[in-house]
Amino acid sequence: MKALRLGLLALMASIMPLAAQGAEKSVAITQIVAHPALDACRKGIKDALADAGYVAGKNLKWTYESAQGSPTTAAQVAQKFIGEAPDVIVAIATPSAQSVAANTKTIPLVFSAVTDPVGAKLVSNMEHPGKNITGVTDLSPIGAHMRLIKRIVPTVKRLGIVYNPGEANSVSLVNLVKSEAPKIGMSVVEAAAYKSSDVLDATRSLVGKVDAIYIPTDNTVVSAFEGVVKVAEEAKIPLFAADTDSVKRGAIAAAGFNYYDVGRQTGAMVARILNGEKPGDMAVEGVSKTELYLNLRAAAKMGVTVPTDIVKEAKDVIR
Amino acid sequence: MSSFAFLGAIETGLLFGLVALGVFLSFRVLEFPDLTVDGSFPLGAAVSASLIVSGVNPYLATLAAIGAGALAGLMTAWLNVRLKILHLLASILTMIALYSINLRIMGRPNIALLGDDTVFTVLQNLPIAMHIATPIVLAVVVLVVKIALDFFLSSQLGLAMRATGINDRMARAQGVNTKFHILLGMAISNALVALAGALFAQSQGFADVTLGVGVIVVGLAAVIGGEAIVPPRTVFLATLGCVIGSILYRLAMALALNADFIGLKTQDLNLITAVLVTLAMVLPGMRNPLRPRRAKGPPHD
Repeated sequence: MKALRLGLLALMASIMPLAAQGAEKSVAITQIVAHPALDACRKGIKDALADAGYVAGKNLKWTYESAQGSPTTAAQVAQKFIGEAPDVIVAIATPSAQSVAANTKTIPLVFSAVTDPVGAKLVSNMEHPGKNITGVTDLSPIGAHMRLIKRIVPTVKRLGIVYNPGEANSVSLVNLVKSEAPKIGMSVVEAAAYKSSDVLDATRSLVGKVDAIYIPTDNTVVSAFEGVVKVAEEAKIPLFAADTDSVKRGAIAAAGFNYYDVGRQTGAMVARILNGEKPGDMAVEGVSKTELYLNLRAAAKMGVTVPTDIVKEAKDVIR
Repeated sequence: MSSFAFLGAIETGLLFGLVALGVFLSFRVLEFPDLTVDGSFPLGAAVSASLIVSGVNPYLATLAAIGAGALAGLMTAWLNVRLKILHLLASILTMIALYSINLRIMGRPNIALLGDDTVFTVLQNLPIAMHIATPIVLAVVVLVVKIALDFFLSSQLGLAMRATGINDRMARAQGVNTKFHILLGMAISNALVALAGALFAQSQGFADVTLGVGVIVVGLAAVIGGEAIVPPRTVFLATLGCVIGSILYRLAMALALNADFIGLKTQDLNLITAVLVTLAMVLPGMRNPLRPRRAKGPPHD
């Protein structure tokens, strides 16, 4: 029992308030889960802040916590940050942002990689958020994605989508795909993957039913993207992604943004707030920079020849 | 640690105190390892949030959530006592079914309650800050639930339920309807968990279908940790231990979040949980009367 009591004493001692902070600016980042796209987003924020003169570790106090996929932990991370009262809290992905929004009406919150900020009730108005919240949404240009798929593989009639019906972002995206794809003569076949270990089987369920596969910016599926690539290569089904990071992992193409640039855009907004602007006066921004990424090696494995005019448009080509 | 993080940990700890009381009822009283809670926690959140955004009074919505949780518990118990499915498996079946059901109830994976009226809205008009008022109110709620549970477990009905858990054959021989008690106990247990889920959604501003991740582990950690700190010699002490265990667990997590000086990060929290539960089981020596005593071991203190 003694050891346990000692442990409790240590616990109580640590509950003492932190020493007062200096004049340097502070930014706290809460992220729902660690995966390459969201991590790239975080790096973008850090780099953009550095470019704006706020260098983490030098004149900027930079704190970061990942909730490891648990909304309960995200809530506790939010409470920790609010207690520390940084100059800006940055929340990557919807549940992390909602936890912060529920607990503070005063500390500026900049969200990033939230697909539907109005649906998530983070802001009521995209142009004039009004309160302490603004940010960057990562809603994909779905119509452009559908047209790109059609240009590269004109024979596509049935388009498969693998996504997690438990992710708010993905559900909005899939609804958009279902309204955009029929406009250019494609029908949509859905495959649900509730967790990353389901992704391989969900993709397999599409074999024989689809002519191409499109992966939206879905945290679950993107974190198990290699499984999708494996199936697509084996069954020779052309695979397309919404985020450019997935191209080097094995998708043929993505006409998208990468999360590093989303992060940079977010970081620029954070810097504006650190310089004195009010988040309520700053409109929620959509992704401003989209680029075409191609992976010709993956295309060859899936039996696709990418037209040369498209190759010329690409910003980055993996051969 | 700031007072905001400290009170936040107390708030979450009290909410999970309700989970711990539910887990205590299934795991300790009925000896029924119940994973349903990973589904009934988000079920409570889903039911209350869906009703609140469609304009239902938040108190009624919370009551409905409690009822939904009770149904989930009944489902698991029914699979076990009527269909003779092993308890652990029965609870896993209900848990995975609830994932789909929760998505159906909400119609989407995430419902935001930011700005909607919740049971906590009245606290905004108090002269004290929300982050102080909420834990105080929750403490009262948890205390009332704890005392009600104590009374129940000391009643004729509760004694029969405890007998069912300790030795169901013996209980049956004494004329106890053990099937009924498993059904009732599991219903109460999951009703408490769903209440916790409903209150969590309302205090944190959203219901998300992933809310259930690891709830059972946290519940067990609270129950076992509580037993280590408050020896469960009586029902009163046993349920008190659950609540204290839950709060200490959250404080330990908050500590881990704030322990930059030892280099701990959130990714270490699962490891910390495992270490805490192990310590809680080993440190108190052989004081736990609910566990068989080893022939050789450290002396009783």
